[in-house]
Amino acid sequence: MSKKLYTYNQDRSLFPPRNEDGRIDVDLSSHKFLKIWHGPQHPGITGNMSLELTVQGDEVMDCETHVGYLHRGFEKLMERRKYIQCFPLVCRITVPEPDYNEYCFAAGVEELSGIKIPETAEWIRTLVLEMARLQSYLMWIGGQAGAFGQGIIGQWSNYCRDLVLDRFEELTGGRIYHMFIIPGGVRGLLPDGFEKRLEETLQTVERYMKDIKKVMFDNAVFKKRSVGMGVIEKEWINKYGITGPNARAAGVILDVRKDYPYLKYNELDFEPISDNYSDIYNRANLRRRDILLSIDLIRQILSKMDNKGDIRAMTPNVLHWKVPAGETYIRSECTRGEFGYYMVSDGTEYPRRVNVRGPSYTHAIALLEDMIINENIADVAGLMVSLHTYPPEIER
Amino acid sequence: MKDIQAKFKITEIEEQRKDLSFITILKEQAISLITYLRDIKEYKHLVLLTAVDWIDDNKFQLTYLLNNPEKKSDIGVKVLIERENPEMESIHHLWKQAKTYQRELHEMFGINFPGSPKVDEPFILEGWTDIPPYRRDFDTKKYSEETYFPRPGRSTNDPATYMKQKLYPDE
Repeated sequence: MSKKLYTYNQDRSLFPPRNEDGRIDVDLSSHKFLKIWHGPQHPGITGNMSLELTVQGDEVMDCETHVGYLHRGFEKLMERRKYIQCFPLVCRITVPEPDYNEYCFAAGVEELSGIKIPETAEWIRTLVLEMARLQSYLMWIGGQAGAFGQGIIGQWSNYCRDLVLDRFEELTGGRIYHMFIIPGGVRGLLPDGFEKRLEETLQTVERYMKDIKKVMFDNAVFKKRSVGMGVIEKEWINKYGITGPNARAAGVILDVRKDYPYLKYNELDFEPISDNYSDIYNRANLRRRDILLSIDLIRQILSKMDNKGDIRAMTPNVLHWKVPAGETYIRSECTRGEFGYYMVSDGTEYPRRVNVRGPSYTHAIALLEDMIINENIADVAGLMVSLHTYPPEIER
Repeated sequence: MKDIQAKFKITEIEEQRKDLSFITILKEQAISLITYLRDIKEYKHLVLLTAVDWIDDNKFQLTYLLNNPEKKSDIGVKVLIERENPEMESIHHLWKQAKTYQRELHEMFGINFPGSPKVDEPFILEGWTDIPPYRRDFDTKKYSEETYFPRPGRSTNDPATYMKQKLYPDE
């Protein structure tokens, strides 16, 4: 299968060599090369970032990722706020799936303070995290199809996502930012009849996923443009720090849910989904199967959990909560890979330092900049979306 | 852990969890320890690299968090460096993504990593002339008061007196 639609010049020796720092000096006045900004305002960009592309013909020679359009300095802001004041702040770090931030932050505070949360709260947290995974993937699949010109998939999947957000609204009161996983537990039990309505939503999602499989994954155009495109080699996984579906598609099974079971994941029956060749098609297909796995996990959680009992552990007065000095690292598996919080406390009411490890940090910069070279400019958007990056977690 | 203690001068070991420990090492031996952990002890995955500002002790703490995917354990390598003209050896030759972390630390904390690609270029901030913003002595409140204009129609009340007036206006 041919990989590129059109190549300008096959002879790479005509391209200027790279300097020691990896940059290329190009003479733009020679009219052989062109600098193109892919983003920040571009339908094919994932959020607020931009790629500065140097192209020859329609082939990318050099790429630099620019971030900083969304910098709000969360890590610094947290140093001035008490732990409970940080709690509504952390969910804003990753816009489409805030719950992993809430979980990591809450678990970090609990570990440093030596608090054990009740079992019901653990089950509800697991449920919220799986629902967050489901809705985030549904949004992503629309973006991936849209990058290759299939607008209809986005309409279907965003409809399904809206249904999941309706359930979130019922449970937490918020659609996007939930602020539900509070240090010490969760804010509430499941409302009456929630399981039934969630099951109806899951059935709708499953029905649409069958259609999406047919229209997107069995589609000749999508296959032609994505198979063999943007391959991640197995050796790159540790070299670039790749985690999550991008690594699992290459056959390296990295899944925090299985490797470092947190909350109730060790009581759920599942196998991480993997593949043996990480190109755009396989990564997309792996995420589609992950959606189905998420649905299965939500059903398992609902059948195993008991929706009664304590949901909050005893915590100190949140306005005077002094977290004992120490440091820790909490990780969880988000849709894009390993999401972690490194927290340092100096024994006061304020965190000394909180550092957020977002998987996009490595995927969108070091990996994307190297992968995109020699690709056709028409494939840039598809390749970038297939790494599933969210810029806000890069610049925190 | 005993092999490491025999080979390197470890000043402190803390076990946070069964699968997570933090070790503190002198600046001179840090990179060789990290390389040893990566190549011999299979700590192949660089989870994160970040800094903590201990302004009272006049030190920066760099934390290299390494992960062993086989044994499923983490080691945080902590290095304390001077706060004046902070400088550290680069690890961009060990992991590709390290250059991004180092570029960010250079911008946000002013820690220099000689030899790291593009380390001097602005990463998130553009045209920043103040002191590096993630240092403890950078005052975010003062900065925002000086930089941004207050929006009209906003006033600040002392919560205790305001609520008292609102709830018990007759008293």
